[in-house]
Amino acid sequence: MKPPRLSLLLAGLLLAGGAHAAAADHVRASHAWIRVLPGALPAGAYVTLENDGDQPVALNGADSTVYADVMLHRSSTAGGMSRMSMVDSLDVPAHGKAVLAPAGYHLMLMQPKAPVKAGDTVRLTLKFTDGSTLATDFVARPANAMDAGDGHAMPAMDHGAMPHAAGH
Amino acid sequence: MKHRRARYLPLLLLLAAGLLLGGCGGAPLPFRLTNISGHMPDLDFKLTDDNGKPVTGADYRGKVVLLYFGYTHCPDVCPLTLAQLHVVMQRLGPLADGARILFVSVDPARDTPAIMHAYVNAFDKRAVGLVGDARSVEALSKRYRSAFTREPSSADGAYEVSHSSAIYVFDKRGRARVLATPSASQDDLVHDLHLLLDPGINP
Ligand SMILES: [Cu+2]
Repeated sequence: MKPPRLSLLLAGLLLAGGAHAAAADHVRASHAWIRVLPGALPAGAYVTLENDGDQPVALNGADSTVYADVMLHRSSTAGGMSRMSMVDSLDVPAHGKAVLAPAGYHLMLMQPKAPVKAGDTVRLTLKFTDGSTLATDFVARPANAMDAGDGHAMPAMDHGAMPHAAGH
Repeated sequence: MKHRRARYLPLLLLLAAGLLLGGCGGAPLPFRLTNISGHMPDLDFKLTDDNGKPVTGADYRGKVVLLYFGYTHCPDVCPLTLAQLHVVMQRLGPLADGARILFVSVDPARDTPAIMHAYVNAFDKRAVGLVGDARSVEALSKRYRSAFTREPSSADGAYEVSHSSAIYVFDKRGRARVLATPSASQDDLVHDLHLLLDPGINP
């Protein structure tokens, strides 16, 4: 673990563990799902966040009792190469939204403490930079799922595009 | 005379290759994706499949091959690509049985045949996971002007591998035919695979 991340993590823990951890009242989560991969391989989690409030918020990670480690990541493609990198935070503008979707932003879930199967519900506590949190139930979907399976196609599918299109 | 012949030899070879390529059905196939016919070498490698069996490119002659490089600790882009290829295969119906998705690991340190077996089968029954030592994988990657780079590890030993995003499509004779770039549509991939798989078009 790199030093900057450790300090961020500690700050997050202090905020989440303290009495001041407030619910992110103005943020609504939808299309929350996890792409389950075999064994203990890391999994990607996706969600759409809508901010009804007058103040912007920024997602900077999540906690889970099921996964030992969760990181906010972004996949990108440049010069024909796909890469994945850690990001500090993702803005959810006031009266706007942020989409975590395949080939863009995602929460990377690592080291499951127990096997997660398609059909399971996994609760993640989303964390924001202002210290607020949002408990969200994610549905576990099969590896070859294209979206949350709730009847709303992900934006990438609407265009029938191949993966690695720029993130949102 | 001798010099002259030598000078024209490459041109003659090119013409001969062109005749061979166009020769099987008359007009070249109307691909929608980037046509790489004659611009990339035939499918050739020495790797191990996800059942632990040594395999070469020749073992997949008779199948249309979709070649893609990735790794199992890749939770976002690799699964998305394989899931989309699964959708493409479903759309092809029974014709898809004539195709194989070859998923080549660019992470020889972590990907074993057993892990690859579980991984590829979670996406499509016609997907095969291939592993090999770093040198063999690099040779295959270089052969198609593809690349991969292992990024620095974090303190807990985890690391990511940046890799080419292209999907290379080979015909039943192992000849490179089209390249699907990240912005290509599923419709175009279904269209081009149909051209390569339909025995009426491409016997
Ligand atoms: Cu990631």
